[in-house]
Amino acid sequence: MAMRKKERKLVVTFHTTADAMAMEKACREKDAPGRLIPVPREISAGCGLAWCAPLSCRETLIGLMEEQGIEREELHECMLR
Amino acid sequence: MIYMDNAATTLHKPDAVKEAVMAAFDTMGNAGRGASRPALDASRVIYDTREKLARFFHAENANQIVFTANSTESLNIAIKGLFAGGDHVITTVLEHNSVLRPLRECEERGTELTILGCDEKGRISFAEMEAAVRENTKAIVCTHASNLTGNMIDLKKAGETARRHGLLFVVDASQTAGACEIDVQKLGIDVLCFTGHKGLMGPQGTGGMYVRPGLSVRPLLSGGSGVDTYNPRHPSRMPAALEAGTLNGHGIAGLGAAVSWIMDKGTDEIRKRELSLMRRFYEGIIRIPGIKVYGDFDTDDRAAIVSLNIRDYDSSEVSDELNMEYGIVTRPGAHCAPLMHRALGTVEQGAVRFSFSYFNTEEEVDTAIRAVRELACE
Repeated sequence: MAMRKKERKLVVTFHTTADAMAMEKACREKDAPGRLIPVPREISAGCGLAWCAPLSCRETLIGLMEEQGIEREELHECMLR
Repeated sequence: MIYMDNAATTLHKPDAVKEAVMAAFDTMGNAGRGASRPALDASRVIYDTREKLARFFHAENANQIVFTANSTESLNIAIKGLFAGGDHVITTVLEHNSVLRPLRECEERGTELTILGCDEKGRISFAEMEAAVRENTKAIVCTHASNLTGNMIDLKKAGETARRHGLLFVVDASQTAGACEIDVQKLGIDVLCFTGHKGLMGPQGTGGMYVRPGLSVRPLLSGGSGVDTYNPRHPSRMPAALEAGTLNGHGIAGLGAAVSWIMDKGTDEIRKRELSLMRRFYEGIIRIPGIKVYGDFDTDDRAAIVSLNIRDYDSSEVSDELNMEYGIVTRPGAHCAPLMHRALGTVEQGAVRFSFSYFNTEEEVDTAIRAVRELACE
């Protein structure tokens, strides 16, 4: 099976795994879209988890992070599978 | 077997704890190491337990809860990570070696130490604590309850003293976490150190600490964090700052189940039950000729511990007799509390410690009373 096709997606990075887990929990509770992925290498060569979601969810996710007090590192747009 | 060594570790755990550990063996990868299902399962369970502990101790947020292997590790991180040469620290004779030994090491590097004494019932004086504060005093480090006498230190008063003088307040909650309500914010606690395997009823090898937001603690360990690999330094963000290497995920799964069980049951109910068993035992043995009990039983602000000696008998022999003849498990000797024993004059004899848990029964207590009565007969 070939690799999935790439699409431009929103990727939120975090300082710690705990922040990434807080994001997943908040998104699941609020029914916000996305999932945890390994941080894409084009963003950082280090390890870690990032929240990957459709670009259209940008404002929703920013609002949710602010409302829940979840600290993010950065917001990126990346071509991902 | 009648298990009365719950101050050392709780033997009987809620079934949910065992089930959670066993389930973790089937599902858990390495938390924070990738986004595969097993890795995320582990991360979720650990984060969930972090959140529960934050709620349980009334922490500001889950990131202020750090996982360690036990109270000893937490106390070493706190003490060695906060104090430097030239600082003055106030502590008490009630402390366990997990407080005293790290402090002694700091003392060798120039930290000044005042160790508050106690009265004949093992109680400290807050006037003495107040009087011990100097210009360079950095912190008060104290236990919530003596693991020998069960006496509690009033954290409200100690916290107020710390706040009044702008001192850090570091608390060893080894004997009380899980069995008592502890609100770190209300009590003004800067660092709370706890173990998972005693009152919290989790597996051994679990423990942790709460660190007040904004307080920076030098890490004791550095290494793998799952994030920021190419940074030559360990991450400075909490909780990663104080967690290096793979966490005890299987154990933490059990600890999470234990905290849920405790929150469902309520610390008030657990405490009420433990104190009632302790009182029953105390009232049953206190009038037996030849028995000497240590600690302050005029108050219920205490841990569910009764330490005693029978005549001048070696505490090790008495504990062994209880074990071999009656199947009653107690702890003799020095309990890693050298200064408390010295203050009570029990260095030579030691003491036999009976410590109770929610899972002990009245029948067990009555059997223990009968055993003590028989052993005290001349």
